[in-house]
Amino acid sequence: MSNILEIEDLVLRFYTYEGVVKALEGVNLHVKDDETLGVVGETGCGKTMTALSILSLIPPPGKIEGGKILFKGREKTIDLLKQNEAYLRSIRGKDISIIFQEPSAALNPVYTVEEQISEVFLQHRKEELARKALEAIEKDIQSVKGGLKGFIYGFERKIYKRMVEKPRSLSLRFLSRIPVVRRFKRRLKKEAKKETIDILRKTEIPDPERVADMYPHELSGGMQQRVVISIALACNPKLLIADEPTTSLDVTVQAQILNLIKKLKEEFESSIIYITHDLGVVAETCDRVAVMYAGNVVEIADVKEIFKNPLHPYTKGLMESIPRPGKDFKAIKGTVPSMINPPSGCRFNPRCPEAIERCSIEKPKMIEVEKTHFVSCHLH
Amino acid sequence: MGPTIKELRFMISRVKKSPLSIMGLAITSFFIILGLLAPVLAPPVPPPMGKEDPFMIWKDTNIPALERMKPHAPNFIHPFGTTEQSYDIFYGCIWGTLTAFRIGFLVVLGSLAIGLLIGSIAGYYGGIVDELVMRFTDIVFAFPTLILAMALIVALGRSIDNVMLALVLVGWPSYTRVIRGEIIRVRQEDYVEAAKAVGCSDLRVITRHVIPNSIYAVLIMASLDIGAIVLYAAALSFLGLGAPTGYADWGQMIALSRNYIYANISDPMRYWYVFTIPGIFIFTFVLGWNLLGDAFRDILDPTLRRR
Repeated sequence: MSNILEIEDLVLRFYTYEGVVKALEGVNLHVKDDETLGVVGETGCGKTMTALSILSLIPPPGKIEGGKILFKGREKTIDLLKQNEAYLRSIRGKDISIIFQEPSAALNPVYTVEEQISEVFLQHRKEELARKALEAIEKDIQSVKGGLKGFIYGFERKIYKRMVEKPRSLSLRFLSRIPVVRRFKRRLKKEAKKETIDILRKTEIPDPERVADMYPHELSGGMQQRVVISIALACNPKLLIADEPTTSLDVTVQAQILNLIKKLKEEFESSIIYITHDLGVVAETCDRVAVMYAGNVVEIADVKEIFKNPLHPYTKGLMESIPRPGKDFKAIKGTVPSMINPPSGCRFNPRCPEAIERCSIEKPKMIEVEKTHFVSCHLH
Repeated sequence: MGPTIKELRFMISRVKKSPLSIMGLAITSFFIILGLLAPVLAPPVPPPMGKEDPFMIWKDTNIPALERMKPHAPNFIHPFGTTEQSYDIFYGCIWGTLTAFRIGFLVVLGSLAIGLLIGSIAGYYGGIVDELVMRFTDIVFAFPTLILAMALIVALGRSIDNVMLALVLVGWPSYTRVIRGEIIRVRQEDYVEAAKAVGCSDLRVITRHVIPNSIYAVLIMASLDIGAIVLYAAALSFLGLGAPTGYADWGQMIALSRNYIYANISDPMRYWYVFTIPGIFIFTFVLGWNLLGDAFRDILDPTLRRR
């Protein structure tokens, strides 16, 4: 088993007016093939930023200042941080895709569900669709003889042949801008629609033909999230990043979505990075868990291990703050520190109940305490 | 039923519910028909009374030379009367409709195109580009609109085309500002991030995701602006900086009546028709567009119209 994604010493900084925000300070993570890695932590500790770094979609004024993000692509392993924008675009949505937290905000209000899902197909699988459209044309051509229809089909066949051979041809791009002539694109859209309905069915949307023609605001939250998942899975990505996909949904829908993601993961054989602050969800879905605090990964372990034997005081704190019946719950005191002037040494030391003198002086290193259980804390 | 047809039906049902929208639509359609039928309603008069250009109002040379300088009250040959120098008011008003549409549409389209291009670049990329573009916009804003337009026309020369050019050159900053603001709002929406995350290029993100969500405010502004532009053009013509004398333009016709607004002490309203009739045309035209602009707001913006 090898790793599909390896993040090494990732450093991300935001240059703002108030000062340099040290959002990520040397994050080390890896995701194995076919596994679900949970990333947990409080709000503002860098989970989402890690996810956006993988896609190189850091909003300005953020800058990645160091580290590597190695991704095992279709042919070879590449460092995503060294690729140009065009290459990254070909990866985004195809090999790596992301599910956003708020489904109602992640869908464009002015397009129907079909248009939004088709966009991904047209972006990444145009050749395949063109080939399918060509087959459909060949079939149509046999049923008509001459006449205007025959002429139109012949024209379409010519265009689609070229599209299959040279998908980036300039003359095609030019033709697709001319009114009337550009109607040849309808066939492409038709094929994309078939695929769209297919993927909608896979995400267990009832009556996909009808839903495909609806606008996002006509759908419920759970349905919207299914559409977002459809978009993310449209091109069968190798790595799926789920950024708190169930946070804004109610509990029953949450369970449905979680089961759906689990089921689809097996069907599509993707790896998943599951970002959440809900430890219940982690226990339910993940194979391994990485705990993040203030821009650092503080503990990584298998999911069973981490619930049985949490080592880092922050992980312990998180476990204790899960509300349980008949038990007082304890919150971790204080809040996530300012990332402009983070505490020296271990960033958790001001809030840590077990802090020793060394914690505020020296930054702890990540050590392997047991097999596959890593922690960065001076106590271990 | 396709989603497009469904939406269209919804739009129509929305318009039907609001009497003001219907009125705006009715007034504007009336003017459109008037403009289209101009050659039938007021057939161009061949020279020597008329000119080769149908937009030049014909002069009634049958009126005795001494009488020609004064306006004449409505009669059978001149349903709305004549102005100073015996230009036919009816002909001018009908053909003036076409001029009004031409000025309104072209100026708004021109300003919109410039505003859309500059505003979307500034809003989407932000940073130094934004700073440069918006400060330049502020400079243009700092000039009083009408005075800057007048200065430009004086520099370019007096003609209807230069009036339009000048109005575009002073009109684009407000569009740029609104578009930039809207794009900054839309830019940080999740669906824009999502579009980037599925591999869309910058151009595609701007044209397919950002602009369709930010254009509505500007389209409404543009439809309201058509009326205002016509008023500006009329004001310029009134000041003698617009269309040349005798051109079928409502503002220019009011300019011809400048000396007759107050006739004399015994009968101050004697020449009421020279300024009232073109005035009514300007007034209803602008009113129609303003009402229609409100209707556009109700029907166009998908986020507003379902409330």
